[in-house]
Amino acid sequence: MKKSILIVLKIIVWLVCLWPLAWLLWGAVTNNLGADPTATITFATGLATLRILTVSLAITPLRRLSPRLNWLIKFRRLLGLFAFFYASLHLLTYIALYAGFDVNAMAADIAKRRYITVGVAAWLLLLPLAATSTNWAIRKLGGKRWNRLHKLVYAAAVCGVIHYWWQVKPGVRTPLTITVVLAVLLIARPIQTWLQHRRPRLA
Amino acid sequence: MLIGKPPEIPSSEITPQSLYLNRRRFLRRAASGAVAAGAAALGAGHIAEILSPSVSVLAATKLETVKSPLTTTGEQLTSFEDVTHYNNFYEFGVDKDQPAKNAGILPVRPWTVRVDGLVKQPKTFDIEDLLKLHPLEDRVYRHRCVEAWSMVIPWVGYSLSEFIRQCDPLPSAKYIQFLSYYDKKIEKWGAQTYISWPYSEGLRMDEAMNPLTLLTFGLYGEVLPNQNGAPLRIVVPWKYGFKSAKSIVAVRFLDKQPPTTWNDQASREYGFYSNVNPNVDHPRWSQKVERRIGQPFYSQRRTTLMFNGYGDQVASLYSGMDLKKYF
Repeated sequence: MKKSILIVLKIIVWLVCLWPLAWLLWGAVTNNLGADPTATITFATGLATLRILTVSLAITPLRRLSPRLNWLIKFRRLLGLFAFFYASLHLLTYIALYAGFDVNAMAADIAKRRYITVGVAAWLLLLPLAATSTNWAIRKLGGKRWNRLHKLVYAAAVCGVIHYWWQVKPGVRTPLTITVVLAVLLIARPIQTWLQHRRPRLA
Repeated sequence: MLIGKPPEIPSSEITPQSLYLNRRRFLRRAASGAVAAGAAALGAGHIAEILSPSVSVLAATKLETVKSPLTTTGEQLTSFEDVTHYNNFYEFGVDKDQPAKNAGILPVRPWTVRVDGLVKQPKTFDIEDLLKLHPLEDRVYRHRCVEAWSMVIPWVGYSLSEFIRQCDPLPSAKYIQFLSYYDKKIEKWGAQTYISWPYSEGLRMDEAMNPLTLLTFGLYGEVLPNQNGAPLRIVVPWKYGFKSAKSIVAVRFLDKQPPTTWNDQASREYGFYSNVNPNVDHPRWSQKVERRIGQPFYSQRRTTLMFNGYGDQVASLYSGMDLKKYF
């Protein structure tokens, strides 16, 4: 891939990933976040997290389809960090706007409310991944150990989707699309591994 | 400062919902060619006939009201726009913006309210008579939804007790049940839920007789927009919003606690009493705080008050009761 094309693609990814934030900031400035701005901010940051995380999880299965898609790897860290960025904004929304920085209220919520428990768990799972996202950390850990650590992203994504389902009212099915997409991406991995092991024998 | 102030539009400058709906209806009829063709063929008389219904509705949207000592003071009113466009009215869709879009087809005239059960004589009241039964009062109330958001709404109505007196309930009547309008051909969104319609709510008689319990016909000095429960609803300000049934067609007096819609759906989450109570959490979220609708995000949060701040008037109804058990 030519360097110039890569730069253009990176700029596009940055703009797309910053879009939810820009939309929220514009809404805040123009007082246009709907009747319940806190709920709007919470939903927008949560959805952005899950969507970007899902896109980042599509990269590996796509690359394995063809070596010509190898360049996609250059976007994985960017997407992962954006997912963490929105997850942190989402958590901050809860801490500031829902819990009002009340530590006791937060402790009670985490202990009592399973959707908050699983949501906080998802963020905690993403935290070491974001912390070890630098080249220095990869070198320091060694590729193998780094890879093993970063398998936590699957658990984080599953926690995120469960967090979404436990949020909505009984009977509401809005989380279905992202759940199906994520399930396909997670199931694709063992299937691709299995197919790759078979291929040499068939050939 | 980065964050803008909410626009301050006096309620008098806001076009009432019914008015602009009528305007739209008129335009639609005009667009469909009825007016254009009619004007040419039949002359101005025909146009007047099409115009006159909307003119008469226009005159009826304003309600004559008197002041009430039971009104809540010291609160900033939630805007007419938010009160009328952020609604839970599942018969017209589960999203907050759907009732405002869909409830226009609710046939609010003619309208009657059937009264039966433990009464001397079952009766049917016409909405026009109910509007004249007692002077309409302006009553500002805090409105706390079980979903942890809140509003401050200037309702128009009179104490439900005035109406109950006209119903002649028997001494054996201990509970009152309200049934909402339901026609699955009109409220086709209701079928998208698992709820069995019509919507049913109820109160204990002493709760219903409390002067705060409002038989409500309007808000912001005008008749209720359909999405807010036209043409009449009840408002029980110390209970979560879902206790305040909308678009009531039947009132029943009973000796037993009536089945109520959300309690039937999930009795663990929605009790029969459902008094606003910061000490009893919803299983999925805390009820200690609430988000005031229409405020900027950094100032929405406030502490939820016991009985929504109406404890002085209603706490005695529940003396000796374990409100954690009877939530």
